[in-house]
Order: sequence, then structure tokens, then C-alpha cells
Amino acid sequence: MTSDPGRNLHYVAKKRRVREDKRFVTGNGKYVQDIVLPDTRHAAVLPSPYPRARILSIDTAAAEALDGVHMVLTGAQLAADCNPIRLGLKLPGIKWYPLAVDMTRYAGEWVAIVVADDAYIAEDALDLIEVDYEPLDAVVDPEVAFAETERFVHPDHGSNVLYHGNFVWGGVDEDFAAADERLDLRVRWGRSATVPIETFGVLAQWNEGTEILDIWASIQMPNFVELMASTLGYPLNSIRLHQDVDVGGSYGVKRGIKQSVLAAYLSRKLRRPVRLIEDRLWNMAGGDAHGPDRIFDTQVAFNKDGVIRSLKIRALDDAGAYPGRAPFQLAKPISALVGPYRINSVQYEAISVATNKTGQVPVRGFGQAPTNYMIEMVVDAVARHLGLDRLEIRRRNLIEAHEFPYKIPPGSEYDSGDYQTVLQKCLDLARYKDLLQRRDRARAEGRLAGIGIVTNLEPGGGNNIFEYLMDPTAEITTFMEGCEVRVDSQGNITGIMGTTTSGQGHETMFATILGEELEFDPDDIRIVHGDSLSSLPTRSPIASRMAIMLGSAAAGAAGRIKDRAMAIAAFNLDLPVAQLEYSAGTVSDRNDPSRKLTWAEICFIAYRAYHKLPEGMEPGFQAQFVFQVPGGGKLPDENNRVGIYPCFSFQAHIPYVEIDPGTGRVTVVDYAIAHDCGTVINPDIVRGMVIGGLAHGIGAALYEKFAYDDEGQFLSATFADYLMPSVHEIPDVKDVEHCTPSPLTSHGQKGSGEGGYLGAPAAIASAVNDALSPLGVTVHELPMRMHKLEALINEANTK
Amino acid sequence: MSKPEINLTINGHERSAAVEPRVSLLDFLREDMALSGTHTGCEHGVCGACSILLDGVPIRACLMLAVQADGCHVTTVEGLCNDDGGPGVLQDAFVEAHGMQCGYCTPGMLISAQALLAENDDPTLEQIKDAIGGNLCRCTGYVQIIESIQLAAARLREARS
Repeated sequence: MTSDPGRNLHYVAKKRRVREDKRFVTGNGKYVQDIVLPDTRHAAVLPSPYPRARILSIDTAAAEALDGVHMVLTGAQLAADCNPIRLGLKLPGIKWYPLAVDMTRYAGEWVAIVVADDAYIAEDALDLIEVDYEPLDAVVDPEVAFAETERFVHPDHGSNVLYHGNFVWGGVDEDFAAADERLDLRVRWGRSATVPIETFGVLAQWNEGTEILDIWASIQMPNFVELMASTLGYPLNSIRLHQDVDVGGSYGVKRGIKQSVLAAYLSRKLRRPVRLIEDRLWNMAGGDAHGPDRIFDTQVAFNKDGVIRSLKIRALDDAGAYPGRAPFQLAKPISALVGPYRINSVQYEAISVATNKTGQVPVRGFGQAPTNYMIEMVVDAVARHLGLDRLEIRRRNLIEAHEFPYKIPPGSEYDSGDYQTVLQKCLDLARYKDLLQRRDRARAEGRLAGIGIVTNLEPGGGNNIFEYLMDPTAEITTFMEGCEVRVDSQGNITGIMGTTTSGQGHETMFATILGEELEFDPDDIRIVHGDSLSSLPTRSPIASRMAIMLGSAAAGAAGRIKDRAMAIAAFNLDLPVAQLEYSAGTVSDRNDPSRKLTWAEICFIAYRAYHKLPEGMEPGFQAQFVFQVPGGGKLPDENNRVGIYPCFSFQAHIPYVEIDPGTGRVTVVDYAIAHDCGTVINPDIVRGMVIGGLAHGIGAALYEKFAYDDEGQFLSATFADYLMPSVHEIPDVKDVEHCTPSPLTSHGQKGSGEGGYLGAPAAIASAVNDALSPLGVTVHELPMRMHKLEALINEANTK
Repeated sequence: MSKPEINLTINGHERSAAVEPRVSLLDFLREDMALSGTHTGCEHGVCGACSILLDGVPIRACLMLAVQADGCHVTTVEGLCNDDGGPGVLQDAFVEAHGMQCGYCTPGMLISAQALLAENDDPTLEQIKDAIGGNLCRCTGYVQIIESIQLAAARLREARS
């Protein structure tokens, strides 16, 4: 639906200030913790010290007796009054409640909650709760969990396996038989997540008079209100989620469903607003915000010239104790399962297991970052095996610009791209020949130096149809985003969106597209976030989708506003619409521009002069548009082929690293990234997300890990244990954009919120392996922490 | 619990309040003084989201008790604004260079940058990195934050000359 791709753009793609920033720099952001309601009660939670234990008894009497305490709630009490939180897959015997019932299933799981006059008193009361536990042996290792026949995280499920499926797309056996060579590779993606600086928080207020539950929360989640309603047993329209709350970072993980159920339940019980703001320890262990933890065993078939023919992938993912939507993070990467490469067939065995660890939630890319890491490590392994340059093997396998749209074996159609050109831009940006010399000089001086090269995709736009691949009863083919545009009687324009924002600059993006389409300065356009009862359907800012979906919805609504203006003008000027021209709100006769209706006149007619409205036109000046994901709406064919995401952004990454041979410490010295997300709507926003994602990927590659000991005890509850990159760990980043417009969106835009993160871990791993190559060793496990590299280097040196 | 009275200057205004001895300076500023620009991040002194200036020096408000600030001068992010409440030079530079995304770490970043620029309006890249080395940001990868501080420094130098 690209409209006039050649036309001049006034606001789209131009350097413009991000409107959200002013409130953030002046301390006027409105995060959940900043919202104050009179008479609010404060909650604190009691975590389980054991990864797996039977709860024999809980004595809350002393806590309840403390002055200022209003209520102490346990899991058994809560479970009597609410339904389990609905899981993504239908898993018999697994019941997920906001508080542990009868048994704790991971260290840090919340066992009880206290509500008091303030948070200090609530925490005092936690110390007075007596829980009698019977500790049990925990299920910790995912491979053991998979094979386990007696010890189950959920005994009533009768297995630790949450999902086990096998897909074959194309002639895998034939391609393997015909290929010159094959090799096996195991790679492991460590348990990490996005860990926003703001923890999850929620404020709930039940109003007995209106019978409405108001929720303010640090949320980024589709289906939030539906899950709240089904858990609490309320009708959907009794819950009002306020989507104008600023969210202090999310990148996927702000899915505080259990927290919100607790606050809502307690608010109704106590007839007071209840606030639950996670403290950092509760958040890290019990906030259910961990990411994928995945082992890949991949076989690759290829020819002597480096052409890759086929892949057989086995992915085993550790979902932790309560799966939520975790298993689906194995399914979404099917949308780009062969990466940007021309691979003829692919087999995919996906396994999700439960362990006694914190639950997994969606993390930036929804499983794509681990998959991209695996693909790039496989490509590098083939190059190493053949003695072929890593750059050359990519050049031989990348899909060529003339091949788009390009359908991959599992059925997704890559919309557009020019991978070779973007790769070349990255090489130029990195000054690749000089970089090779720099690396070789460093090596000659006895240092371990390496260059990473990866090329990878960012599927954008979303589409839940991957759920159907795992559960054929899930016939969900709608994936939409709505918005409303109102023009008031003065002619001011207001856009209403229906979701929270957690740093992506949606208000700026929305205003920019409305301004572009209606030819008004975006700075004069108001954008508001409607609440869940007053706004149109949203699927929230997941899946790198808002520029694609809200952007296209905005263009659609603006088109309807223009149509209305034209119709009013046509009626009043007594001219056919085809003879009229719209320009910045004024509609004039193409043949005689002096015959016109100004924006003010059109608005006056719309609001005040019914006698001048075309017959049948409703008064007022507003338009709604709900955009369905391009290419969506279909079920898979009999071979499980289906287009999963509509738009595919592409990047090439070239970092340069050095490793201290004494300590194993990796320093990322330089980083070049070339990025193509089609039309960039706001350059500063896109650049920020690309570099921010890249930094996040450096964290996942080198530092970040939710670690557990062999007994299942959680070891990473603080920021001193879970290490995230500071400014000192982030190199000088050089970035360049390339634009291959998508044919599927309003202005050729694609997604850009996840991309940096989807390539950087692989790129850093590629660079580390290059640095280690003189020692003849490789690393295929993230994070590549100092002590592991040090041991590897020492071992290689003593051989 | 008894509530000793404390007297301090916050963003140029003299304030006095009765506060429980165990209340952190962070909670006091946010809950009692209604200055919600200072944010709660890790509550153990690592992330820097709660940074404020105490007598001109950047500190973590989560690691200090409110009673310890008795007699001190406190500056929060709200105190960096112009008299009309609009963004000051440093804040405006962060907007111009989009040195943020979700905005949650931003007040702490601004405080650390303010402390740097008050001493040195021509900092090197390394000096900027050292100044914000104790402030974690999960959105930006820091590049546009560094550019914002460089822009603010250039504008301050321009204004000085």
C-alpha cells in the first residue's frame, strides 16, 4: 500500500525532535510509581527461599497483628477466589497462580503478600510470616528435565515437557543426500533478559460504585486485559487499563500479569487503591521476567563451494516453572528460520521444558536473537570447515536483491531487501581492509584480536499464526492495530492510540505520519493514549510492529479524514471530488484554485452547519482505522507453510574486539552496523533503538546471565551479580542506514525496535571466535564470560 | 516511631519536614516532597537512576537516609529546569540529540552530566564516560547520551564566550 513512493516527504525521514523527550528531561514523566491516589495501600511480597518445596503451613497471625497491616494473603486463599492465569498452550495439570499454592516451584516464587499503610510496614510484616517448607530436589538442567520420568515441576502434568514438535519444510533428506558435506554444531544461548531499570509496578483501584477496576501499570503486553478478566472472572468491560502510563523500559518483559491480579484482588477486598511496586530482588527472582535459555543442536548440509543446502535444527528451551507464552518463543523464529540465506530446506525440532527456575517471558525479538546466533555460528562453522572467508560464504548464500519477494521453505515471504549492498556499506563503514590490518598488527604484537561479521534479519509486524503451528486449535489469524483521528471545531488534530509506550517514541511516529498525510506540522498535532475501554483494538508494541501497524493505521485514518474534507468541499463547491485537490487542509478546484474551502470552513461545517453537510454524512470530524497485518489472515497449508511476519529488516554487523590473554576479558573496541528498515520515520528514534539493541546484545554476549547453582538456587538477584553494560563496555559505534522500502506499509517502513539485539550477540561471538582462532579453539555458549575464556585460553596454551 | 524534624534546601527552596529515621532520601523526595523526577531503580546503589546532587556532588538517594541530608542542599532533576519550568541548557540538549528512550534513567544521567559540566564545560569523551559510568541505561547504548552531553558542553562554552 505504499502511497506515491516518489513523492516529496516533509516530515517523515527528517531529523525532528522526539516529542516525548521534553517531559522526561524535566521530571514530568508519569510512570506508575508517580501516580498517587488518596488512601493507597502498599503491598510487599514474600519470596520462597527454596527452588522446590512443599508448603506445609503458613502462619500469618503475627504479621496481621502488626500495627498498620491490613491484610496478609496466601496462595491457598487466593486460589479459592480466582482462576489460574491462562497459559499460551493448553497444558493439562499446570496451574499458574499469582502466589504459590501447596508447592514452590522456583527460588524467589512469591508465597504471600502483605498490604499495609506504607511499604516499610509491609516489609516489616514479611519478617513475621512463618512458612514451614519441606524442601525437595529441584529439576534444574533442561536436558535432565526433558528425560525425567519421575520428578516433575508440575506433578499433575506427568512430564516436564511443555511442547515437543517436529517440522520439515522442503526436501531435507534429499538435500542432505545431495550435499558434498555436513557438520554438526551445538550452541547454547544463556538465560538473560532485558532487565529494565524500572521494575514492574501496578496500582489498582476497584470502584464499587461504578463496578470498574482501574489499572495503572508498567505494562507492555497484548491480551493483558483479557488475561486479567479471565483470571479474576470479570467481564472484559469492567477493567480499564490506563495506557497513558510511561513505562520505564520493557523490550518485551513487562508482563506483570500476576502482579496486577494481586493488586486488583486486594483492592477489591480492601476497598482501597493498592500499589505493588517490585523491589529489585523480587523483580530479579520472582518477577517472572527471564528470557530464553536454549540449546541448539544443528546439522548443516553444504557444498564444497560454500553453498548451504539444508539445516536440521533441534532447539531445547528451558521455560522455567510457569510457561506463560514461553513455548511460542520457539515458534516465532520460524518466520526467518533460514536467516537471510538461500537455504533450500529445513527441519526443525522444537522442545520446551519446565524446570524449577523463574518463568520465561517474551524478550526483544521473541526468540529470534538466539536463533540468529545459532544460524550465524553455523555459517561460520561451515566457513571454518571449508577454509573459506566468513565474508565470502555470506556473499555466496545471501538472497539477491532481484529475488524479492522471496519465499523461504517454512512459508514466510521476505518483502524486500538488498543484502549485498547493505553488507558492502558495512564493510565500507568499518574500513574493512584497514580493520584486517589492524587486527593482524595486534596479533603480531601478541594480542588476541578478532573481527566479527554477521548478516541477519529482523522480522517485523507480528502475526500470531505461529501459535497455530504449535496448537492447531488456536485459529487466530487477526493481528491488528487501531487508531482514531479527531479534528476539533477549531481545526486542531488529535490522534488517539491504544497502547502504552516504553521508549519507542510512538507519539512522535504517529504525529509524524498524521502530519505527513494531512500536511500539518506534526508539532501541532496532539497525541493521546486512550484507555482500554475508550480506545480501538491494539496488540501492543511487540514484534517490531508499531511503525508498520500503527503507522499504517495512522495513514489510513488520515486518508479517511481527507476523504471527508473532500466530500464536504465537493458538496459545497458543487464540484466532483475528482476535480478537487487537497493541500494542507484547504480543498480547491484544480481548474480554478480561487474556488476553495479552507480547513476552518470545513471544520465549521462539520461541527456547526448540518445544512451544508452532504446528505447522509454524520456530523463531527473524526475517523477510525484498524489495520490488519499485511499477509496475515491465513491458516497454514497442509505442509505447515505459512507467512508469519510481513516485513523483514536486515543488518550487517562488523565489530572489532580484543581479548586480554591473561584474564579472558573481552573489550569491544569498535563496532560498525549497516541497517535497513525501509523508510525511517524518525532518524533519531531508529538510530537510538538500533544502537541500544546492539548494546543490549553486547550484554547478552559477554556479561548477562541469570545464574543458578546445581541445586536450583538463584545466584543473580542484584545488579552486582547480573552484570549489564555501562558506558565503558560500549564501543564507539558507527552506523549507517540503507533504505529498501517495504511494499506492504504506508511509507515503506519496516520494524526497527529489535534489530540491534538480533545481531549483536552473534557478531560479538563471531569476533571472539576470530580472536581465538590462532589458538585453535572456539566458544559456542553465551555469555562468554571472562573466567570461561581465561580457562579456554589457558587450556589452549598448555596444549 | 518518632519523627525527627529535618531542615534542608531542595532546588533552592528551604523545606522542613518530620521524617522517620529509616526513610531513605529517595523515598522522602518522591513521597514526601512530591518530586517524582528522581527514580527508583535498583535500590542498592548500582544503577544511578536515583542520582541527585547533595551540596553539588552527585550521590545515590537510595543509599542515604533522609535524616542524613539535614542541613544540606539537594538538587533534583526538577531543579535543572529554567525558572519557567522549561528545560535548561543541558536538558534541552538531551532533547535535541534524543539522549534517551523510555526516560527512566534520564534524570540520573542529567544529574551526573550536570555535576561534570559545572566543573568542566569542555570535557573529553573519557571524562564524559567517567561522569556517567555509574548510570545504567538499557535503552540507548549511551551513544546519544554522550552526544547530548557534548552538545550541552558546546552550548555552554558558546554562552560563556
